[in-house]
Amino acid sequence: MNKVFISGNHAFGEAAIRAGCRSYFGYPITPQNELGEYMAENLPKAGGVFVQSESETAAINMVIGASAAGARAMTSSSSPGISLKQEGISFLAGFQLPAVIVNVMRGGPGLGNIAPAQGDYFQATRGGGHGDYRTPVLAPASVQEVADLTFDAFDLADRYRTPVMILGDGMLGQMKEPVVFPEPIKNIPEKEWSLKGRGNGPSRYMASLILDTMEMERHNWELVRKYQEITKREVRYETYMLDDAKVVAVAYGTTARIAKAAIKRVRKEGVPAGLVRPITLWPFPKKILQELAQRVSQFVVFEMSAGQMVEDVLLSLEGRGNVHFHGRPGGVVPTPLEFARILYREYQRTVKSGS
Amino acid sequence: MKILNKWPKYYKKDVVTHYCPGCGHGIVHRIVAELLEEMDLGKRAICVNPAGCAVLAYKYFDIDVIESAHGRGTAIATGAKRVRPDLFVFTYQGDGDLSAIGTAETIHSANRGEHISVIFINNAVYGMTGGQMAPTTLIGQKTTTCPAGRDPKFQGYPLHITDVVANFPGVVYAERVAVNGPAGIQKTKKAIQTAFQCQVDELGYSIIEVLSPCPTNWKKTPADSFKWITETMSKEFPIGVLTDKRGSGA
Ligand SMILES: Cc1ncc(C[n+]2csc(CCOP(=O)(O)OP(=O)(O)O)c2C)c(N)n1
Ligand code: SF4
Repeated sequence: MNKVFISGNHAFGEAAIRAGCRSYFGYPITPQNELGEYMAENLPKAGGVFVQSESETAAINMVIGASAAGARAMTSSSSPGISLKQEGISFLAGFQLPAVIVNVMRGGPGLGNIAPAQGDYFQATRGGGHGDYRTPVLAPASVQEVADLTFDAFDLADRYRTPVMILGDGMLGQMKEPVVFPEPIKNIPEKEWSLKGRGNGPSRYMASLILDTMEMERHNWELVRKYQEITKREVRYETYMLDDAKVVAVAYGTTARIAKAAIKRVRKEGVPAGLVRPITLWPFPKKILQELAQRVSQFVVFEMSAGQMVEDVLLSLEGRGNVHFHGRPGGVVPTPLEFARILYREYQRTVKSGS
Repeated sequence: MKILNKWPKYYKKDVVTHYCPGCGHGIVHRIVAELLEEMDLGKRAICVNPAGCAVLAYKYFDIDVIESAHGRGTAIATGAKRVRPDLFVFTYQGDGDLSAIGTAETIHSANRGEHISVIFINNAVYGMTGGQMAPTTLIGQKTTTCPAGRDPKFQGYPLHITDVVANFPGVVYAERVAVNGPAGIQKTKKAIQTAFQCQVDELGYSIIEVLSPCPTNWKKTPADSFKWITETMSKEFPIGVLTDKRGSGA
């Protein structure tokens, strides 16, 4: 067990290589450039392919080609570049091709800025591109988790033949932390469905144009069944200090870490606060929130956005509990003290007054 | 008995074509299928087909095919060929696909000298969407989106993208040919064969631009379409080899 001190962006790359990723295609954009640079340096040494593409659009299409030909393929970008990849992600979903897409989010809309933000939650969890599809979304909150979830993302992608998105932010990408990497994967099972030339067998094709409406509907329902399976099996979350909690924060990624620090702080003041940290943003951890709503009435959603995940919390709670939202969009990173004040206020205001 | 003609091995049987009568796509498909067999490439081939009238190419080619989003064919081909250099990878694209929406992918895959073969069907219009103006539409040519005829003041000039990429060191072979009669069809086959051979010999990128009839949107008979290619279209897009760097170790 070797512990290394490494940045989030480098950890994405190292974990991907250990997970058997042998092709990476990307276009530079801050704050995730170190990931592409890591792949340029290290992927060829591992026998893999690195191509700096002419755009994010080209990169995601190279991923499509590599994945169709059976390789574990990855691309990464930050918010504006992820917008350009959406057409390709829709095709990956339609073709049922595995791929791992990393978004190291920054402030927006437009070029925005290069500071950490969480404004792409809707885009990531609602599909982002056109058409009826979903993408599993994993949200690491530490560099260790970057490594672990990158590893898992490739497995999920292959198991369900779907693009998987890892949603981080500039903080996570730039920050260095000690990490123990998983052992490299030795053998990746041969992908029966991949295009490798027909050989002596029947020819195969991957088409997303399905003109017959009944056929297209059948394809859509097939995707839906897969998404139901993912929803049933792959929900992940972390809970923190929930046992006696009367105020429950809901936050993911970097924001969840800030929330934990805030919870420690208010607990010293006697405020019984806890945290639910969704690790899969889609599928969203509905059930735990519904269970908590049986005994907790106060929920506080923290995001580095103007309010996106809060909609999933509201949908999950189905009217139960009071949901308060506190967000900082634009690349502003909130402080633990800021969150602590909110938790304290909400506790004072509603729980203590007995409502 | 000498067999003069037979059904190509890599062309599916019992399929009814969706191409219009006199369309060049069907002719080039047949050429490609014949070459895949004659050059023994069909077993390890992947065709990347476009958004355009050839989006259904997999209905005819009896080889592995992947469809691309509009214009992205050479990026998909890059990904596939890079991870599986042993495969024979070619794209089949229209002029809207390759020289409008996919210009960046076309230029950069060529400039990287990807070891792929590109078949570029230039019919001077957007066939699939109903005959709108393409980058290759001729000056004065009427389409549904330049109903008065293409006017360079407003719509610019016909884009010669094959000439552009022919200048790149990584492009080993580029030729423009025409499907405008038996002689043109024979030359087209020869050109595509040369392009395919470049990939077999691991020399680099090759592109064959085929001036190809679209009688439906040109509002001409198939015979008049051939004539128009010969007399008008090939004046704007001259037939011939645009680059041949096979001997130069490019
Ligand atoms: C992103 C996107 N934009 C537009 C279209 C609609 N579309 C499909 S094919 C096509 C143009 C086809 O023209 P061309 O490439 O010249 O091929 P042809 O049909 O003439 O063979 C267009 C605009 C699309 N499928 N995708
Ligand atoms: S519209 Fe034109 S290019 Fe398309 S099938 Fe008909 S003739 Fe061919």
